[in-house]
Amino acid sequence: MTPVRVSIVGAIASILLILVVLELVRGRRLKERYALLWLVTGVVLLVLSVWRDGLNTIAGWVGVTSYPPAVLFAVATLFILLVLLHYSTVISKLTDENVDLAQRIALVEERVARHSEVDEGDAQVVQTALVESGADLTTAPQEK
Amino acid sequence: MKERRLVAIVPAWNESGAIGGVVDEIKAHDSSIDVVVIDDFSADDTADVARAHGATVLELPFNIGIGGAVQTGFRYALEHGYDVAVRLDGDGQHAASQIPVILAPVLAGEADLVIGSRFVDPGGAYRPPFARRMGIRVFARLVSVLGGQRVTDTTSGFVALDRMGIELFAAEFPHDYPEVEATLVALRSGLRVAQVQVDMRERTTGSSSITFVRSLYYIVKVMLALFVASLRRYPRLEDARR
Repeated sequence: MTPVRVSIVGAIASILLILVVLELVRGRRLKERYALLWLVTGVVLLVLSVWRDGLNTIAGWVGVTSYPPAVLFAVATLFILLVLLHYSTVISKLTDENVDLAQRIALVEERVARHSEVDEGDAQVVQTALVESGADLTTAPQEK
Repeated sequence: MKERRLVAIVPAWNESGAIGGVVDEIKAHDSSIDVVVIDDFSADDTADVARAHGATVLELPFNIGIGGAVQTGFRYALEHGYDVAVRLDGDGQHAASQIPVILAPVLAGEADLVIGSRFVDPGGAYRPPFARRMGIRVFARLVSVLGGQRVTDTTSGFVALDRMGIELFAAEFPHDYPEVEATLVALRSGLRVAQVQVDMRERTTGSSSITFVRSLYYIVKVMLALFVASLRRYPRLEDARR
């Protein structure tokens, strides 16, 4: 049988986890899409902590006979692995997007540099033409 | 026939000592080739030197690694409508005099990707250290089996591509272990891959990105990447060929 204290501590820890996650989401420090897996983790652990017969039954299924709360640890570990795996996919996606952005910046910067060079060249040509035509460059052209 | 536009794609990272010579050599060899140097966030003045020697320079805002840098070049080639691209390293180990050799099958329309291999001709001059030679051989066998065509040098950074190859690599270029995996990607996508014998020089400045200590780790990682890459699906390109 699961000791009552384990159930109580497990329930308190799960509730704390859920509250912390909710607070982080509320304060916009955690995005909903990344909070979901944490909330599911908290709820599953809470259910298994409180529903003592359920934990004992599941322990029986998976062959844990001597100490049912071990199943609680196993489930918690499983969910932590899921969260980590999820993060790995998120990091991979961010990495790809980062590289794509870096490449785009390099391409765009080259384009901008080339165009501004052309612009400066044009300005030079215009100025030379104006000087040659005897225009008075001290009076700025009227802005429309 | 319309003149085909050629671009040389040269990735460089901290190669200020060699890059000027590389650019000059390509331009001296064939002035119709536009040289694009991709500076992968060097700490030295690689970009300025390359620019001073008349290359177009793409400066990455942070270091993204050789694969990402090379792909930037392919994206540039795609964007600017180049028909043929030749990729060579910024450290000067690929001689510009061999560009025609590597370009020939592409210009003749016989291949979409030409790999400059150091091992087509068994009597070639290049004799790498034992560990590296073994690594190169293992990768070559693996890629040959997985890709269904015999290749002898999958770690060569000296390649030429036609428009189809440029399109493929601009969209789909492995970032982590680029040369080996890219060869497999090309074969799996149905590109016509050819290889020609080239000789490479020992690097004169800078140092290789692959140190001896990391070699074994590198081999394991590349094999894993190849395995995963071979499970992936790639667009078959031969349907698009006219």
